[in-house]
Parts: sequence; C-alpha cells; structure tokens
Amino acid sequence: MKILVAIKQVPERDAQIRVAADGKWIDEDDLSYTINEPDAYALEEALQLKEKNGGEVVVVCAGPERVTSTLREALAKGADRAIHIEADDLGERDTLGIAQMLADAMKGEAADLILTGLQSDDLGLGQTGVVLAELLGIPHATIIMQVEKTDSGLRVKRELEDGWFQHVEMPLPALLTIQSGGNKLRYATLMGIKKAKTKETATVTASAAGAKAVSLEKVYLPEKQKKTEMLTGTPAEIATQLVEKLKFEVRVL
Amino acid sequence: MSGVLVVMEQRAGVLNRMSLEALAAGQQLAAKVGGGCVAAVVSEAGGLKVAGVEKVYSVEHALLKDYTSDGYVDALEQLVKKVQPSYVLFPHTYQVRDFAPALATRFMQVLISDATAIHDGPVFVRQLLQGKLNADYKQTGDGPCFVSVQAGSFRADAEAGADAAVEVFTPELNAGMIRNKPGEPFRESAQTVDLSAAPVIVSVGRGIGEESNISIVEELATALGAEMAASRPICDNGWLPMERQVGSSGQTVSPKLYLAVGISGAIQHLVGMKGSKAVIAINKDENAPIFEVADYGVVGDLFEIVPALTKAVLAAKS
Repeated sequence: MKILVAIKQVPERDAQIRVAADGKWIDEDDLSYTINEPDAYALEEALQLKEKNGGEVVVVCAGPERVTSTLREALAKGADRAIHIEADDLGERDTLGIAQMLADAMKGEAADLILTGLQSDDLGLGQTGVVLAELLGIPHATIIMQVEKTDSGLRVKRELEDGWFQHVEMPLPALLTIQSGGNKLRYATLMGIKKAKTKETATVTASAAGAKAVSLEKVYLPEKQKKTEMLTGTPAEIATQLVEKLKFEVRVL
Repeated sequence: MSGVLVVMEQRAGVLNRMSLEALAAGQQLAAKVGGGCVAAVVSEAGGLKVAGVEKVYSVEHALLKDYTSDGYVDALEQLVKKVQPSYVLFPHTYQVRDFAPALATRFMQVLISDATAIHDGPVFVRQLLQGKLNADYKQTGDGPCFVSVQAGSFRADAEAGADAAVEVFTPELNAGMIRNKPGEPFRESAQTVDLSAAPVIVSVGRGIGEESNISIVEELATALGAEMAASRPICDNGWLPMERQVGSSGQTVSPKLYLAVGISGAIQHLVGMKGSKAVIAINKDENAPIFEVADYGVVGDLFEIVPALTKAVLAAKS
C-alpha cells in the first residue's frame, strides 16, 4: 500500500505568541516550529499500516525552507521519502488554495491512501483533508481512531460526539483525517536519523496563488469573557485566598 | 442570491441544541444582511417542526437514512442551488466537519469553520492557535458563503414563535455514488462516570507533565470531594480513562466549581466546560485561554500551588 501523509509545520504549543505589526498574522521571528500534533498521529498510523501491510510512506509538506526540518524528522521516524512543496506565501492562500497545491503534488503519485491530521494547531480550520479528497475525487472519512486494511478496501473507526464511535467501510483510494491518541507516537531512533540523510526529498514549486474565497483580515488577543480575579502571593497565601473563595463565593466548602 | 439558509441536524426526530444555536446565529446574520432566513433538515422522512424561520426544507431521500458525506454533499448541493442563499450556516458538529468542507468545495468556496461571533460586514470571528488569538474572516469569493458556528457561542431562543411551513425537497441521488458504508454507532463501554451531574470537578491537563504527577491533583480532588476530569491529551496518554474527558469529544459539564489544573483551555476543551458556574484556573502561562473563562486565576507552578491548596482545604474542613 502506498500511503501519502500530508503534514503541516506549526508553532510549538507553548510558544509565546505575538501579533505581527500589520495585525494580519503572528510575528514569526524567533518562533520555534514543530509538526502539527494530529499530523504526527497520521504519520504514526501510516508507519504502522506499512509495517503490517508493506508498501511505502511518503510525507508531503508545503511551506518555506524551514519546513524541511519537519520533513527530515518524519524521514527519521521511518517515512521512505519526502516531497517539499516550496511556497513562501501560505498566508496568501486559503484552504482551497492549499488543498489545490497538495492535490497537484499528489496526483502523479497514484497513492492508495492519503492520511492527514484532523486539524491544524494554528489555524484549526479542520478541512484541508476533506477538501483535498473532494479535489482528488476520492472518498474520505474524518476523525479516525483506527484503520484496518480489508480485502475490499478499508474498515475505519470514526469518532462521533459524546463517546460514540462508528465503523465505516470504504474503498481505496481514500483519504482519512486522523484523530490524536489512536496510537502511541514513536521517537526517531539514532539509526533512523542516520538513515534519513540518505532518503530522498523532492522539491516541487507551488503554482502561483490564485484568488481567495475567504480572507483573514485581522488577528488580535481575545477579549475576556469573564472578569478574572488573579490571585497572587506565595503558594500558601494563594491557597488561603482560594479557600476563602471556595467557602464564601463558590460555596463548595 | 440572497438570505440565509441554516442546515440543522436531527437525531431520531429531535433537533440538537447546536442546531438551535446555529439557527439563532442565522437569524442574527439575516438581520444584518437581509433576505430572510430559512432552514433545512436532512431526514429520512419529514415532520420536524422549526420555528422562527420563513420556511423549512425537509430534505428527504431513502439514501439519506444513514449519514454519509457523499449523500449529504450531493443532496445539499442540489438544495443550495435551488434556494440560492447568500449564506449557508451549520452547527460545528462532527458530522458537519465531515461533509461541509466538501460541500463548500463544490461551489469553489471555503467553509469558515467554528465561528464564535458575527459582526457587521459581515465579519466572522474564529479562534486561532488553540484559542490564544481571535481572527476576523471575510468572504471574498462570489459564491454562497459557508459558515459553521461553535457550540455555545449563540444563545438558542426559547420562544421562537410559530412553526414554519415545511416544504419537502427530494434530491436526486443514486446508490452508486455513495462510496462509504457506515456501520451502526456504538459506545466502547457503558459510561460509568457521569460527570454532568458532579457539583465539583477538578480537571487536569498537559501541564501535569507526567503520569506519576497526577496523584497530587487526585489528592486535591479527594479533599474537595470532587470528581476527577481531564483534557484530551491526558486521556490520549492513558493517564486517566477516556470517560473522564471533558470537551467536544468527551463530556459536557456544568458544575458549581470547575478547577482546571495545568489546562491551557483549547477551544475543544472550553466547549465542554464553559457552562460551569465558577471556574478556577491554575496555569503557568498567563496568556493561556483558560483564564478568559476563569473567575479566579492563579499564574504559577501547579506543583507548588496544588499541594498547598490541598493542605488548606483539609485544614478548612477539619
């Protein structure tokens, strides 16, 4: 089975975020980046499927030069090769534009299965996978916890709300968006890191950005929904204040 | 093209709460942009009552009995082409996340997902970076604008007025184009913990660092007579059972007190607990979004504050 995994590079979760001077995005100077966490689970699922069923795992990432570090890490974890879609203007493209870029890079690969995370930690739109499947004309299923290869295609376990699940049978080729937590993530081994240096990363140039259907006009710090009373002092002093609140305001003691 | 179409969701003939909230958002938007507000409900057989709109389209077909993305996208594409709305609104449910992006793609548009507010323009507000920032989005394409709204962001109107007239819409579907075969929904195990009834909840998140540290939070929960809960990463790691997860993929709670320890407050978590009467948050990051919904906040090291609080609670009770 040939599996493509679309991964995104995003700011580290505990990065200090500052709004950029133009108010349209965040200040990217001094930010450290990492693989989008749900995409790390998509990669893990792909590697496990390959271990069970054989085949090839190809990771695909769009972005500027810095995303090659995320691709290298994926290679070190066990992906066979990488495709870097070189684009410095992701902000100029909406979901449809990004999905179109991925579709262009993937078409020639004739993959059996495409995996990606269910959403990104930065934009959180949660739709690149579904739009990509629609552009490629293949079936999709979202928020997937488990994937099983069957004679006729796939049997996947889909998460629904409130602790409900559902199995879905689907033909190949197909696209799945993977939920976090279905598998345990692996670390790259020293051997893996060494091997990654010999693996191929193809660079393709993205076509020029087209017109956008939606645009991000402005980013800003959210207004507080509640007036938060911040408690300060030593841990013991804070504890005393909290107990007062629990007794007289919240009334649970 | 004019007006607002709200696509609502029903299970066993009952509209879910998020759909009523999406309807409220639709009415609000229609008041801004004009053109009126209509609703649509996909069902096997109609009869659903929706109030406060001009008309309800009951989208009916035998092939829509079980949800499939293919069936819904095809059916709703036909409906949108017939109704010609300027805006199509959805509740941001797991089902909508599965099909609405593909539906928008059919019109070469992009879904503005998980919106939390609608301002004049219209401008749609959504959260970025796990709730650390807000962003204003605008439609720039010339097709219908597709928007899904976040749970709890719009107040569902209790007095909605008279039931709207129902028009049955039968899309043309054929079995051959539905590629996925869905199975019956199931639960892993009988849910043994019902957090929705707990008056006090102590909840733990990523900030706890390691499984072995969870005990300090459990001691606090015991001292308070509280139920333990967690954000998703804790349950993903298996440090607490899945049934103790609060958030969009877990339980929705509204206790008297929700004490969040080391939880940053990603949107997916907040939607599960923002109905709490009082929220106390302890987190090392002063910019953590959990503080936006907290009544009392402590910025600091949970490994120092939590044991001190446990001690103070025990002392206060004795």
